[in-house]
Amino acid sequence: MSTASSTPLVEGAPDGPVPVKTGPSGPRARSARAYLMYVAGKLGGAAVSLFAVLVTSFFLFRIIPGDPVRTMTHGRQVSAEQLASLRRQFGLDLPVWQQFTEYCAKALSGDLGTSYQFHAPVGELIAEKLPATLLLTGVAVVIYSMLGLWLGTRSAWRHGRLGDKVNTGVALTLWSVPSFWLGLLLIITFSVGIGPIPGMFPTGGMETGGETGFGYVADVAHHMVLPVVTLVAVGYAQTLLVMRASLLDEMGSDYLTTARAKGLRDDLVRRHHAVPNALLPTVTMVFINLGHVAAGSILVETVFSWPGLGGLFYQALSVPDLPLVQGLFVVFAGAMILMNLLADLLYPLLDPRVGR
Amino acid sequence: MTVPSTAAQTASSLAWARRRGSVARFWRAYRTHRAGLFGLGALAVIALVALAAPLLVGSDVQSVTNAPGAALESPSGAFPLGTDQFGRSLLGLLIWGARISLTVGLMAAALSVAIGTLVGILAGHFGGWFSTVTMRITDWFLVMPTLVLAIVLATVMSRSVWTVILAIGVTSWPTTARLVRAQTLAVESRPYIERATALGGGHGHIMSRHVLPNVMPLVLAQTTLGISNAILTEATLAFLGLGDPDVVSWGGMLQDAREAGAVSSGHWWYLAPPGIAIAVVALAFTLCGRAVESVLNPKLGVSAR
Repeated sequence: MSTASSTPLVEGAPDGPVPVKTGPSGPRARSARAYLMYVAGKLGGAAVSLFAVLVTSFFLFRIIPGDPVRTMTHGRQVSAEQLASLRRQFGLDLPVWQQFTEYCAKALSGDLGTSYQFHAPVGELIAEKLPATLLLTGVAVVIYSMLGLWLGTRSAWRHGRLGDKVNTGVALTLWSVPSFWLGLLLIITFSVGIGPIPGMFPTGGMETGGETGFGYVADVAHHMVLPVVTLVAVGYAQTLLVMRASLLDEMGSDYLTTARAKGLRDDLVRRHHAVPNALLPTVTMVFINLGHVAAGSILVETVFSWPGLGGLFYQALSVPDLPLVQGLFVVFAGAMILMNLLADLLYPLLDPRVGR
Repeated sequence: MTVPSTAAQTASSLAWARRRGSVARFWRAYRTHRAGLFGLGALAVIALVALAAPLLVGSDVQSVTNAPGAALESPSGAFPLGTDQFGRSLLGLLIWGARISLTVGLMAAALSVAIGTLVGILAGHFGGWFSTVTMRITDWFLVMPTLVLAIVLATVMSRSVWTVILAIGVTSWPTTARLVRAQTLAVESRPYIERATALGGGHGHIMSRHVLPNVMPLVLAQTTLGISNAILTEATLAFLGLGDPDVVSWGGMLQDAREAGAVSSGHWWYLAPPGIAIAVVALAFTLCGRAVESVLNPKLGVSAR
């Protein structure tokens, strides 16, 4: 990274590749065109990935289990007629290629099939549970990204000191902890209560019911404390480590020496010169985390009976309700692809060196 | 072999001396990482306990029918960690569970790294359209939510330890493949590869005798880091009830504890030990992996600086 610019990026790049409306000529129009080309490329890539997800989900659930209907009715008394009618219901009596084209056409129009367990459209079930997951994971990601950035910056700036060692040590330890176990332990300690500690948080769910207005918001927030703490504790290490590594990478750079030679205070050098450059890889990380955390919340939602997609996935697994598992798989993978796409699109806006 | 035997002997003894030297150098550098040493020590102890499990507790701890204690006893002299809902000693189960965690962790990481290395070396060596296609597939696997894919694989296949190993192994190889491909490209741009080609070395010879030894250190670091991930994923799958129901594992113990109502009745002594065990093993492998990584690639400066 010897070409790192000494201009602090935090002040916004006035001549950045933002698609602004100017005349047809000039550097702005050219960079806008370059950015549009870049966007088109990334959109195409995302579309290919999404199609690949559909193909995979089809083969995962139709081919590997051998007979999906047998897998779903495993351990129950089912007559031959019932099996045959289930096969017809899932379209398994058609040739494979026809099943595949039908599946793709339906999925693209938003129809992900019918749940075997709830007898309701999979898309509807997912839409109903989505807000709860977005709320929980959104809050958790914002908190742990902030925490990770802050602690990572502190750690790297004073690397090798005791504070850095404690910081990384704690983060690595929490990272090695299974999230579901931490959740269960938090429930025992703070909801059920051990010894002198009273149970002060609800054991699960999202609301007590019967509250409206501000009371409702406070109630949901009260229910969210423990799941968010669990997600943050297990997740912030990754942001911390990436931020620390990328800041350490910048710290040997000449432009920091120049900034110091200009007589800037250490604090200003860090805030205005080093951190903005080191932020770039971390921003990508945050977006990829957003995609991951939706899937990662499966366990936390299960443990805290949070009424979101993760909890739904767990319910679907225990049957197993293959159409629902399949739909959720597509949604989780789609979220990853979407977040990666957003990170890719944002990156050249933050770093003008990318995508030219 | 047309080479005279004495020359062969000196050549191989030279090679061995060189290997001994590099191992010694590695160890001298590794020794300076205190966290890495701590991880190695913890792993040695846990591996010993796991190997000696049949001697320490006997294989009948898993038996549900003739369990020695009453259900859900608190920790006592006879049962240092208490008993589960079937009256089995939790300490015995914990020791026995170490075997499955370590086995699955090691084998899944080995499988994942083997796939990753193979794909990486082939893509790096052959280049062209083959590399493009392979790397597209790798990239695509990279954006898949690994845990969800592993869960789905474990759901649609039959319940066994092998399913779990396979599910973890085939979902976590892409990172290794990317790293190995980059390293392969770096190695193949060196002059001695050209020399080997000029002397008539084929693809197989170059990949196995020149590229592979050079990517091995990287692979070693990846494996160590991958094991802790594999162990966590195994525990997760077992907790979700997707593990082998006949085998005692730490994740399975946590599932049992939850089903027995240990959470609502406040039996923290049932819940705490398996989780601590998972965390200690995963942390130990992470610490070792980071130490190995920073010894082999000091520029990363992950834990030494």
